[in-house]
Amino acid sequence: MVRYILRRVMYMLVTLFIIATLSFFLMKMLPGSPLNAEDKLSEQQQAIVLEKYGLNDPVPVQYVKYIGGLLQGDLGISFAFSNTPVTDILMDRIGPSAQLGAQALVVGTILGVLLGLIAAISHNGFLDYTSTVIAVLGTSIPNFVFAGLLQFVFAAQLEWFPVALWGDFKHTILPTIALMIFPMATAARFVRTEMVEVLGSNFITTARAKGVSEPGIVFKHGLRNALIPLVTVIGPMAVSLMTGSMVIEQIFAIPGIGEQFVNSVMVNDYPTIMGTTLLFAALFITIILIIDLLYGLIDPRIRISGGDS
Amino acid sequence: MSKLLEVKDLAVSFNTYNGEVQAVRGVSFDLNKGETLAIVGESGSGKSVTTSALMGLLPKPQGVIKSGEILFEGEDLVKKSNKEMQKIRGKDMSMVFQDPMSSLNPTMKVGNQIMEGLIKHQNMNRSDARKKAIELLDQVGIPNPEIRINQYPHQFSGGMRQRVVIAIALACNPKVLIADEPTTALDVTIQAQILELMKNIQKETDSAIIFITHDLGVVANVADRVAVMYAGKVVEYGTVDDIFYNPKHPYTWGLLGSMPTLDNADEELYAIPGSPPDMLNPPKGDAFAPRNKFALEIDAVMEPPMFKVTDTHYAATWLLHEDAPKIEPPESVKKRMQGFANSGGDQ
Ligand SMILES: Nc1ncnc2c1ncn2[C@@H]1O[C@H](COP(=O)(O)OP(=O)(O)OP(=O)(O)O)[C@@H](O)[C@H]1O
Ligand SMILES: [Mg+2]
Repeated sequence: MVRYILRRVMYMLVTLFIIATLSFFLMKMLPGSPLNAEDKLSEQQQAIVLEKYGLNDPVPVQYVKYIGGLLQGDLGISFAFSNTPVTDILMDRIGPSAQLGAQALVVGTILGVLLGLIAAISHNGFLDYTSTVIAVLGTSIPNFVFAGLLQFVFAAQLEWFPVALWGDFKHTILPTIALMIFPMATAARFVRTEMVEVLGSNFITTARAKGVSEPGIVFKHGLRNALIPLVTVIGPMAVSLMTGSMVIEQIFAIPGIGEQFVNSVMVNDYPTIMGTTLLFAALFITIILIIDLLYGLIDPRIRISGGDS
Repeated sequence: MSKLLEVKDLAVSFNTYNGEVQAVRGVSFDLNKGETLAIVGESGSGKSVTTSALMGLLPKPQGVIKSGEILFEGEDLVKKSNKEMQKIRGKDMSMVFQDPMSSLNPTMKVGNQIMEGLIKHQNMNRSDARKKAIELLDQVGIPNPEIRINQYPHQFSGGMRQRVVIAIALACNPKVLIADEPTTALDVTIQAQILELMKNIQKETDSAIIFITHDLGVVANVADRVAVMYAGKVVEYGTVDDIFYNPKHPYTWGLLGSMPTLDNADEELYAIPGSPPDMLNPPKGDAFAPRNKFALEIDAVMEPPMFKVTDTHYAATWLLHEDAPKIEPPESVKKRMQGFANSGGDQ
């Protein structure tokens, strides 16, 4: 098991290196230079700045320098906030993003599972159609539409929550809802399909033939078997949360990673773009590793075959 | 003998998009304490539907009991609510299914699956239930039950899983054990072992068994009485001897004729021509008539009633009517019957 994890971590590092390389060169292809915004600088000043940040070196040299820094855990210094290390910027901003992401993932998944469960139990009944409609809307309407709608109804009209900005828990509610719609809808659709299939399987008939009660059938025998495959969609969900956060944080003016990323791209703040990309990539790869380990933990069929080897 | 179970004129239909599928159309039989009743018949003749109805396990909402009574120790199960049936299922009546690969919960330890019924029906605490589960695994012939009890179904072979399913069914000493083709999915040697196991268990526990099968060889081996089903009806009903040595219904002749035995291995097997009727529109008259070369004119118009052959033996064919021409079973079937008589009904 330990060897398996070590091997996986090795692969993760290799993957990260490839991602770093690719995004470094892709970023160099971005139009413009970091100095676009600062028209007031004279030619000479510009040259000094470029020299200072090493942007006059040939690209391969810049690349080697960057990777060298990376190996020492140095993500470079932001162009936009002069002299602030990228690591510090990311550390500053990871809190709000992590909180929103976690809240959206947990609440969204729980609500989605409930919704899917209700749908499956009332198979083809009214509640089934209702929750299917909710799920389809949730997966097909982009989250910025929800965000605007939530702001309009609950902040502007009803004034229950602040329209935007970051502060106490109240500030997190609307963005969390906007962000969780997609995971919720995904989970609901997934659980419904799985549950309908599981409830039709032979071992459920065996359980019924034993005299197990309906709640026992649904929760003890059905749900666990229906939830195991849900682990496989946590990956896509996490991606949707990361990309979603860029839009949602922008709309709600939340000082998180997503907002930072969007702003950095606008001003060609290369080190920050790189840093954020690598952070997202590392997060995603870690999540995939966790999912794989989790899968082995909750599905006895996999646990055994993994443990024996 | 005391009647444990009496099924009277049971009719079951499925409401489908295409209309009403009349899967079971007036089935009657009874079951005595400690005996084995075999239900045989072609695929689709309504064997599984009949037993699902007995257990109260018809798929809802499509499956409905249209009429009839299922008297279990004098009480009509048809009238019972699902809650009341939950108390009977697993305790008084339990079931072993065809496919052992899919009839166990893949994410639950085998021990817990056995203990579930004990805890529910016999109010056992977990440690007593555990002890009993180990005993049961031992009883159905699973080695190292103390270890096996903590394993998951995928760690068992098909035959072993079927033993586990049998252990689950036996847990609360049911009065009736229904086995719906319990050996069809297993290979031949394992089949024989499972049959042997079921016979032994019956000797020990004295439970009655309803045994569904396609395999007449198995019937001769395990059953006391046989009900032959065709198109949702019992067409012939009698002791094993009645059915094998003195079959009266042309459909039973067909079944016997199409059964391979050791001493006819080189002969051509007799096959019943045609296919079973569509239960969406069951035919008028005798449902078997279109496939029956001995059919009489009346078969096309009127369904035959059950004629009594002896006190134990009944058959639903107009050939038994006193005005019917005397017709003998075809030669090949007669030879087959002779064969059974010679082999002396096996064990
Ligand atoms: N859920 C259902 N919906 C509609 N029709 C059904 C359903 N279940 C069974 N039937 C029909 O009922 C009839 C009897 O089926 P049943 O399963 O009892 O046959 P069987 O005798 O057990 O056959 P086999 O030997 O193949 O198991 C068949 O015509 C089948 O199509
Ligand atoms: Mg069947």
